[in-house]
Amino acid sequence: MDDVLTLSSVVARRGGRTVLDGVSCGFAAGAVTVLRGPSGSGKSTLLRLCDRLDVPDSGTVSYQGRDVAEVDVLELRRRVGMVFQTPVPLRGTVRDNLAVAAHGTDEEYAGRLARAGLDAEMLDRDARELSGGELQRMCLARTLGTDPDVLLLDEPTSSLDKESVRVIEESVRAFVDGGGSAVWVTHDDAQADRLGGVVLMIEGGRVRA
Amino acid sequence: MIGWWGLAAAASLLVLAAVVSVVLRLGVERGIVVAGGRMLVQLALVGGLLTLVMAPGRSIWWSWLWVVGMIGYASGVAARRVPEVPAIRPLALAAFSAAAVVTLGVLFGLGVFEVAGRSVVPLAGMMVGNSMSAVVLASRRTVEEVRERRGEVETLLALGLDRRTASASCVRDAMRSALIPQIETTKATGLVFLPGAMVGLLLAGVAPKDAVMTQAVVMFLVLASVSVTAAVMSLGVARRLFSADHRLLPLPAAKS
Repeated sequence: MDDVLTLSSVVARRGGRTVLDGVSCGFAAGAVTVLRGPSGSGKSTLLRLCDRLDVPDSGTVSYQGRDVAEVDVLELRRRVGMVFQTPVPLRGTVRDNLAVAAHGTDEEYAGRLARAGLDAEMLDRDARELSGGELQRMCLARTLGTDPDVLLLDEPTSSLDKESVRVIEESVRAFVDGGGSAVWVTHDDAQADRLGGVVLMIEGGRVRA
Repeated sequence: MIGWWGLAAAASLLVLAAVVSVVLRLGVERGIVVAGGRMLVQLALVGGLLTLVMAPGRSIWWSWLWVVGMIGYASGVAARRVPEVPAIRPLALAAFSAAAVVTLGVLFGLGVFEVAGRSVVPLAGMMVGNSMSAVVLASRRTVEEVRERRGEVETLLALGLDRRTASASCVRDAMRSALIPQIETTKATGLVFLPGAMVGLLLAGVAPKDAVMTQAVVMFLVLASVSVTAAVMSLGVARRLFSADHRLLPLPAAKS
């Protein structure tokens, strides 16, 4: 299976500390890759490099075989979607939030919400008044609105109730079954087992299978 | 006209301020006296230079040179007051210059005032002096807004929006913060306080109607210059917080 994202000899230093120390690995296309490791081991940094929210000090990150530094960064970020650990609602309604990713009709917005297990009735609700679980699911729906090939998920369910965790896992599973790829950072052993796929460990700035 | 005696009598008010400090043990009496003395020396120097610059028959280019110097000096002051934003001086220079071109361009271009040393220098002074706080406030608030809303900005970047769109809401809020004090001042003008220019004209014996007209023009000038400088600073500072490839850079440390 080809890798959709590849890191080659990536070094990243943050605040005088070497967070990633010559990391080389790949994330399989059409599958979930689970990324594990202790706090501060560089998991979030690695995801940010894949979305070019950060750049490595040396080494290369490639998307579909092309160095991400040579890909149009705005297009890259629409192809490689990111779901952050802390969901951030933008000002306005759920509809306004979905429209930021891509304008559409209410029917299209409802379709996006459904992919994240949410009802269309939520469209008129103030995004800042959603519960934690609803908000993270709306953020997933918002990210799916750019029609990405890859989802980068940075501990998206770490503070959610069981039902929200189940729905988000199912949504991402459906995304992968539909041909997408996902890289999921988690601390949860049971979740890593449920997600299946390849598990990569990151420790001491290095990645091992 | 105020003579030497008048000036000395008025200085007793400075002594009164120092006495208040001594009686209430505020410890700022020395500062009050030094500030008053320094102000007198500075005004005397400026007055002497203005006498030279604005003397009858003197070329108008001396006045414009004065304006250029004033803008250059003000840019340096702004840079010192916002040390958390690196290399801000050229931006402040651009902001004051843009405000000067727009506001003085309208006032002189439309014939509101005659182009002469006695109008160019004071109007530019009002423009620069009143824009200073907007320059500082807009710069600081832009950095603070982006710092406080880093998650929101990076969420927008991660959705494929460019740096300008991702920071637009922060820039708008920063500009609003910079403009509100001047809007409030403008609203209160005439009711809560009489501005310095109008008071000066009235004391100089100008008819109230003419003083009001002049003051209104000055207030329009100040509002426009504050708007232009706040816009240039907010947009310019926001741009410096991002890399050319739309990444949010590490932000300057918060000012304690």
